[in-house]
Amino acid sequence: MITARYVSVLCKPKTASRFAATLAFLEHQHSLFNPASLSALTAACSLKHPVTVLVTGSQAGNIAKQAVNLEGVAKILCVEDSQYDKGLPENLANLLVQVIKTGNFSHVFSAHSATGKNVMPRVSALLDVQQLSDITAILDDNTFTRPIYAGNAILTTQSQDPIKVITVRATSFTAAKPGDSQASVEHIQSPQSSQQSEWISENLAFTERPDLGSASRVVSGGRAVKTKDNFDKVIVPLADALGAAIGASRAAVDAGYADNSLQVGQTGKIVAPELYIAVGISGAIQHLAGMKDSKTIVAINKDADAPIFQISLPIPYIHVACTDLEYVADFGLVADLFEAVPELTEKLKS
Amino acid sequence: MSSLKILIPVKRVIDHAIRPRVNRAQTAVETANVKMSMNPFCAIAMEEAVRLREILKENVSEIIAVSAGPAKSADILRTAMGMGADRSILIETDQELEPLAVAKLLKKLVQDEGCNLVILGKQAIDDDCSQTGQMLAGLLNWPQCTCAAKVEFKDDKFRVTREIDGGQEIIAANVPLIITTDLRLNEPRLVSLPNIMKAKKKPIKSIKAEDLGIDIYPRLKTIKVTEPPARKGGAKVKNVDELISRLKEVGAIQ
Repeated sequence: MITARYVSVLCKPKTASRFAATLAFLEHQHSLFNPASLSALTAACSLKHPVTVLVTGSQAGNIAKQAVNLEGVAKILCVEDSQYDKGLPENLANLLVQVIKTGNFSHVFSAHSATGKNVMPRVSALLDVQQLSDITAILDDNTFTRPIYAGNAILTTQSQDPIKVITVRATSFTAAKPGDSQASVEHIQSPQSSQQSEWISENLAFTERPDLGSASRVVSGGRAVKTKDNFDKVIVPLADALGAAIGASRAAVDAGYADNSLQVGQTGKIVAPELYIAVGISGAIQHLAGMKDSKTIVAINKDADAPIFQISLPIPYIHVACTDLEYVADFGLVADLFEAVPELTEKLKS
Repeated sequence: MSSLKILIPVKRVIDHAIRPRVNRAQTAVETANVKMSMNPFCAIAMEEAVRLREILKENVSEIIAVSAGPAKSADILRTAMGMGADRSILIETDQELEPLAVAKLLKKLVQDEGCNLVILGKQAIDDDCSQTGQMLAGLLNWPQCTCAAKVEFKDDKFRVTREIDGGQEIIAANVPLIITTDLRLNEPRLVSLPNIMKAKKKPIKSIKAEDLGIDIYPRLKTIKVTEPPARKGGAKVKNVDELISRLKEVGAIQ
């Protein structure tokens, strides 16, 4: 029965399958699920099709055991093979294509993480389908929304492809949690390593702080912080006082005040914490793209006209009165950050 | 080493400093009478190709810039040639192109021209897809090094430092190869006036996308394009004490 179904789809790749099934690719690090992947899993489960999870790498067996009771997961495919440890896209894409074709999946989900961004488009091309990147909502099996133009517009788009390859914006979906489900685990053989590229080394910033992408509070510093020393003296203590993750604007990263991986914005991390404190950040479009879905935004800036405080919303063709302003910051404090931030830090601590 | 023939795809997009507006019919973002420029990541790709030639000299045989899109994309090809591309190719179409279609067009060009290195931007700042380079690598069955922060050529291999979540990693791969550029790979040069004049003499070959015999019809249908929900409220506070008490009021801190 399953074989017959598989063959019929192979013969007619352009027609939509009658049987919808979802595959979620789950990343892990240090024996823990990548939080962004768990959000992708929630998105995958929301379609109400049977959800199969794929875990890979030399630790896949241990991770599979942890995944068995994740809510909504029916089955786990486990590929225990060290060729997937560093997420080399050539190897991972070949595996994913094999799994998707064999399992006749109609929907494939991954986090819009560094690995997801690297691998999934390659998979899409090999399957001859147009990927949907960084989705923020699912309207039905074929219809999704995603931000475009640095989040300045929201696109609702419908896929005509038989397989939907989707990467998910982590901050738009809650992380999947353990439940009382009991998924089955199937170990599968992987294709041969492509050996097209070779992983040499990595340099990761280890930190005790909450992960920037999933932290409930974020304190970010910008150009006005002026030096790395100041960044460490002013921004870091405030983050410590709040138990917050540290972020930075592009200007601060370029100037070397903070590590590249802490950049918040269109081309860096997208965050949506409960509280986002922007210190000495003017609020360029590209930065706002990475944080404007935060629940409460605080801006501390000397320049009362900085766009972070308010962005005028001149809709074309329509005259806009001065009162129709879109405020980015919920609470703006016009002050010298070198005075206000230490004061804030002290008062939060006491 | 085998000599490098580099292809640099460049995209014409709304200038990065302009705040885009959704059109009244909610079908797209308004592009009429809006300043257009080369996608910033594509400029970084172009710059990297020129720097590779400065280092590897005659081992880089040619740098070809290509753009797929409306006739006006010729403007950014001129910029690319002003930066150092030897010649360029315009794949002309008024069809809205998705990354998969662009990747297919580029694959054809790579094969026709015999290129062995393609450097692309990691994403276009309009569709924010971040797909084309990876798709092209998949279609060609070439290795890919995306989000490059540093590109070195050592022992007949490329060593690419990639920006990843939480830090960086180094990947080594041989040509033929796809590289996509991250922000910090380099700072693109400004095009000097003499180079603009020289670029005018460099050839742009124009091909109609339709003549390439590749299916570029969109797979995704736009249902609508809307403005993001506006944030409401927002007020200035007088001092740190007021800030703290307001944050307590809304439950952002205890």
